[in-house]
Amino acid sequence: MTALVERLKGGLEAPICLTWELTYACNLECVHCLSSSGRHDPRELTTDEAKAVLDELQAMQVFYINIGGGEPMIRRDFFELVEYSVSKGIGVKFSTNGAFIGAARARRLSELDYVDIQISLDGADAATNDAVRGKGTYATAIRAMNHLRNAGFGAFKISVVVTRHNVGQLDRFKALADSYGAELRVTRLRPSGRGTDVWDGLHPTNPQQRQVYRWLLAHGENVLTGDSFFHLNALGEENLPGLNLCGAGRVVCLIDPIGDVYACPFVVQDQFKAGSVLDAGGFSQVWKHSELFGDLRRPQSVGACASCGSFDPCQGGCMAAKFFTGLPLDGADPECVWGDGEMALAGVPAGAAPKPMMDHSKPPPPTPVSFGRK
Amino acid sequence: MSVLIRRPTGDTLHEMEQDTTLADTTEVDEHDDQIVDELLIEEISIDGMCGVY
Amino acid sequence: MTAVDVPRALLDRALALDPRVALRPEPFGALAYHYDTRRLVFLKHPDVVLVVKALDRHDSVADTLAACEIAPDRYPAFERALSSLIESEVLHDRIG
Repeated sequence: MTALVERLKGGLEAPICLTWELTYACNLECVHCLSSSGRHDPRELTTDEAKAVLDELQAMQVFYINIGGGEPMIRRDFFELVEYSVSKGIGVKFSTNGAFIGAARARRLSELDYVDIQISLDGADAATNDAVRGKGTYATAIRAMNHLRNAGFGAFKISVVVTRHNVGQLDRFKALADSYGAELRVTRLRPSGRGTDVWDGLHPTNPQQRQVYRWLLAHGENVLTGDSFFHLNALGEENLPGLNLCGAGRVVCLIDPIGDVYACPFVVQDQFKAGSVLDAGGFSQVWKHSELFGDLRRPQSVGACASCGSFDPCQGGCMAAKFFTGLPLDGADPECVWGDGEMALAGVPAGAAPKPMMDHSKPPPPTPVSFGRK
Repeated sequence: MSVLIRRPTGDTLHEMEQDTTLADTTEVDEHDDQIVDELLIEEISIDGMCGVY
Repeated sequence: MTAVDVPRALLDRALALDPRVALRPEPFGALAYHYDTRRLVFLKHPDVVLVVKALDRHDSVADTLAACEIAPDRYPAFERALSSLIESEVLHDRIG
């Protein structure tokens, strides 16, 4: 553990980068959506409220924000907010399914400096991808990438959530990214949002986790991970690149579409809500003085992991993964590489895991009603 | 399922706990020689922190 | 090798913070972010921050270290740090 990380655990003047979900509206209904998005929320921040947040972030010298949703490009003020952010010296990366990137928008995006684009993709072919993200979404993503390439955007990112069904496709994802001159990003599936419902059957198995770790060590030099696989560092001598710690409330946080501030995008739940940007003192007050973040910045209880020699590289894994599978926060991660989490899960009664608080999923289509007699 | 990697014992954790206390000093005092050896700069990827899209 | 090819000792060079870099004070020192390369660098000690900020007010690294009252036995660590910052494009040679 480097001295730096010890200091980072105590918190920073401002987040290094934060995630800002601009809207709960989405044109898709991915089965594992961490924000359970689909429907717009009437309480979503107005353009002026959003700009006020950006003013604050500038004053705090936040360098870079990650914009997401839902599908952020659905917002009518999407470009206005992105351009405003950049004008305030705040770099933007936005995460999108690509449905709204046609030729004209690709050109417009290419003219913007300090803007990164991250296209979501969860399969190296339509069959694998569309099973999770919906019919036609693979083609949509590729189309967006083609437009970006034609417009000379430069290097964008392709972001993959690693699942049981795409673990074997990592080489193909890399080849796809290389073919566009794009950067590949692979991240961990968390049981958050709609992910709670599908996690059991979708999260990588223990042998698959080892496969991911080995692949990252062998091929991952130019692959980003958002430090989301730090729990796998228990497997070896060499740590994967990254801070190797849970950043929630310490170096990162989430601003949700209605202005609520959470420790991270994977814990949109009351227990992890720090406050609201609409409260007196705004975001700055929440970041610097909220009770939740103060708690997270103090040494955490190690609990059951205290006797494990892997605690230093693993750090007890992911708070969100433990919370939404019904495991104690001071115990093993459900994907603990030594199997301690699996054992602990066996003790969690069916239905006992917390349900996500927010659900903006679209209602299921009505079942057809037949009129008259058949 | 064969275990390919041996899990380290808890002793390592104890040693690490002792190492980190020294690193918390930021004042220039008699621990100066440790500070001289410590890397004063550390680079990290902007993508290198967990809890971000 | 001509005199031109001999790398100038770091201590003799006049350096400055790259204008595309933002430097944000933190409890442990500072964070430096380069907007073009997207690289993020932690300056892990307040003295490093002091030196980095003072560089453009002095004609050489040596003068800067002296002005910041850095003890000579710490010079090797500071030279390593400053070299690293040049490599990260956070610092560059001042022209003129």
